[in-house]
Amino acid sequence: MTNETTATTTTGRSTPAGETNVGGSATGTRPAGPTGRGLIADATSRHERSAVPVQTRNERFSSTDVTAFPPVTGREAGWKLTPVDRLGALIDGELDGGRYPITVQGDGASTVGWSDRTDARIGTAGIPEDRASANAWSHFAEALDIRIAGEEPVHVTVRRDRLGSTPRAAHTIIDVAPFARAVVVLDNAGEAVLAENVEILVGDSAEVTVVTLQDWADDARHVANHFARVGRDARLKHVVVSLGGLVVRVNPAVTLAGSGAEGELLGVYFADAGQHLESQVFLFHQADHTKGRVEYRGALQGAGAHTVWVGDVLIGPDATGTDSYEQNRNLVLTDGTRADSVPNLEIETGDIAGAGHASATGRFDDEQLFYLQARGITEEVARRLVVRGFLAAVVQKIGVPELETRLHDAIEAELAGEPR
Amino acid sequence: MSTLTIADLHVSVETDQGTKQILRGVDLRINEGETHAVMGPNGSGKSTLAYTIAGHPKYHVESGAILLDGEDVLAMTVDQRARAGLFLAMQYPVEIPGVTVSNFLRTAKTAIDGEAPAIRGWVKDVRESMAALRMDPGFAERNVNEGFSGGEKKRNEILQLELLKPRFAVLDETDSGLDVDALKIVSEGVNRAKANTGLGVLLITHYTRILRYITPDFVHVFVAGRVAEEGGPELADRLEDEGYDRYVGEPVAS
Ligand SMILES: Nc1ncnc2c1ncn2[C@@H]1O[C@H](COP(=O)(O)OP(=O)(O)O)[C@@H](O)[C@H]1O
Ligand SMILES: [Mg+2]
Repeated sequence: MTNETTATTTTGRSTPAGETNVGGSATGTRPAGPTGRGLIADATSRHERSAVPVQTRNERFSSTDVTAFPPVTGREAGWKLTPVDRLGALIDGELDGGRYPITVQGDGASTVGWSDRTDARIGTAGIPEDRASANAWSHFAEALDIRIAGEEPVHVTVRRDRLGSTPRAAHTIIDVAPFARAVVVLDNAGEAVLAENVEILVGDSAEVTVVTLQDWADDARHVANHFARVGRDARLKHVVVSLGGLVVRVNPAVTLAGSGAEGELLGVYFADAGQHLESQVFLFHQADHTKGRVEYRGALQGAGAHTVWVGDVLIGPDATGTDSYEQNRNLVLTDGTRADSVPNLEIETGDIAGAGHASATGRFDDEQLFYLQARGITEEVARRLVVRGFLAAVVQKIGVPELETRLHDAIEAELAGEPR
Repeated sequence: MSTLTIADLHVSVETDQGTKQILRGVDLRINEGETHAVMGPNGSGKSTLAYTIAGHPKYHVESGAILLDGEDVLAMTVDQRARAGLFLAMQYPVEIPGVTVSNFLRTAKTAIDGEAPAIRGWVKDVRESMAALRMDPGFAERNVNEGFSGGEKKRNEILQLELLKPRFAVLDETDSGLDVDALKIVSEGVNRAKANTGLGVLLITHYTRILRYITPDFVHVFVAGRVAEEGGPELADRLEDEGYDRYVGEPVAS
């Protein structure tokens, strides 16, 4: 068994460009990780490598019962980078688990409705591994049920923009029948204090894109866990876009359960002053010949902007012929920001096609700015071009044109410092 | 007539070892339509001169002046200088991930002209300039300088020169790293720009070979941060034969 952990914390300062790079392949020989040189000069940086973590990623305690978890102290592995004091009731308080207003746009063979919490599908994609997730589970009354059938492409958007400021619990099932093809967008805006679980069931040979867009109001708090189970020869593209909200934590856990299953896990985030945006990603290669790609990119701007990306990839003992790669890149635009980036790769079989990870956090490159300005482009426009270009590498992979346009516009608005 | 004047320019840069003096009193005067070759050994300060004209923030002007038709260039920001008609073809062009050549060119053209170019004419201009520089049309959709070979980067610089139509261009070792075919193509591009717009050129080079394709009106030998000798094209021939040895070790005025 190979087991590698590399953590990087980078704190923005006004020093010249520098980049932290952690990369390599876990198939045997692997370059030694950086030791702290070549990091952003003068910045607070930390690298840890431990040969054998205490526990394999899929051996964590899990339960749907909130009381089964001890109180959260903020020192737990899964919480230590999160401002738990700002989450309040979401972790262990009372939550309103009733229905909430939604706006649905859908076509083709899709239905959106509410199902009882006793529905047999509930809990089949995954079980909570932290107290906030279990708290949501313990409190929801009915699950929002998005069902996709047929073989023609289906597009469904569920907009949630009237949640209000009452602490809420929610549960969603996205149930994609075998051979179905769909794009499902969870479009979140307005106020929210929300803890939720989303289960994504991808039937054999189905192909689905699930996008969750966090474009919340400034003081929103949102803790989400997505659990996906991808069947034989099926394909899931999962996209987390976090732009607005005070504390937003969306943690996807994807199991490639059937032979030949594919998971592409994408994320884009833009944190500005005072914002905390987090994603702890878990990709589990359970079956053989599965393929995984994880790519998250984020920009940070303004005092107190904090982002967290944790990428756990586990290649299980039966996952022979697996091909997996994960990466996270952050672009630091101003002083006073902090980007945590922690890739972990565990391999429990000797026979894989390939696996690797990379993590890099760099300051805005002044040479790029100079080059663009030397062509007459103003500093403001030049900055926008560079940041947009940086995030475009992921945005272009989403494959939903209307959404891409909207994201580009939203990113421009972030850069212009417009209130959202 | 347009004139770019550089007068008694002293420039330093901050290094880990402290302030380093690089340019030590540079005087140059370029009229529109003229080509001035600046030749000098490695480390003599040629790129520093180029970057200082363009306004790179790393280079600190201690004294002296740069004037474009009497206007104080040193008081302008980098982008203002470009809009005033100065262009720098860089020795090492920078990669801009995620920004396509076509988007970049259009944005730059819009900035320089103060308005977006008329679509039809613009697309045609870009296509023709690219064809003249033997650039594959697919280039337009690649990210700026990302994964470009050395020769492709230099062509891309000259493409910008042709499309942005500056009054004065500083070409910093545009010839370095080019094979003879690419050198001819790039030189033709510069000559076209000269013929079309009356461009004034400050041609910085280490070697004499580009001067076979772009004929200089004046040659300046640059050593240790200043012009050590000036003359006509014949000076380049002498450098070709003798190299820079005779200048090295010559006392440097402070
Ligand atoms: N940004 C910089 N930081 C430190 N030293 C520099 C910098 N730029 C140039 N220099 C130094 O100044 C001298 C001149 O450099 P440069 O202008 O690049 O010369 P050339 O282009 O003629 O080769 C060299 O000794 C070089 O090392
Ligand atoms: Mg040079």
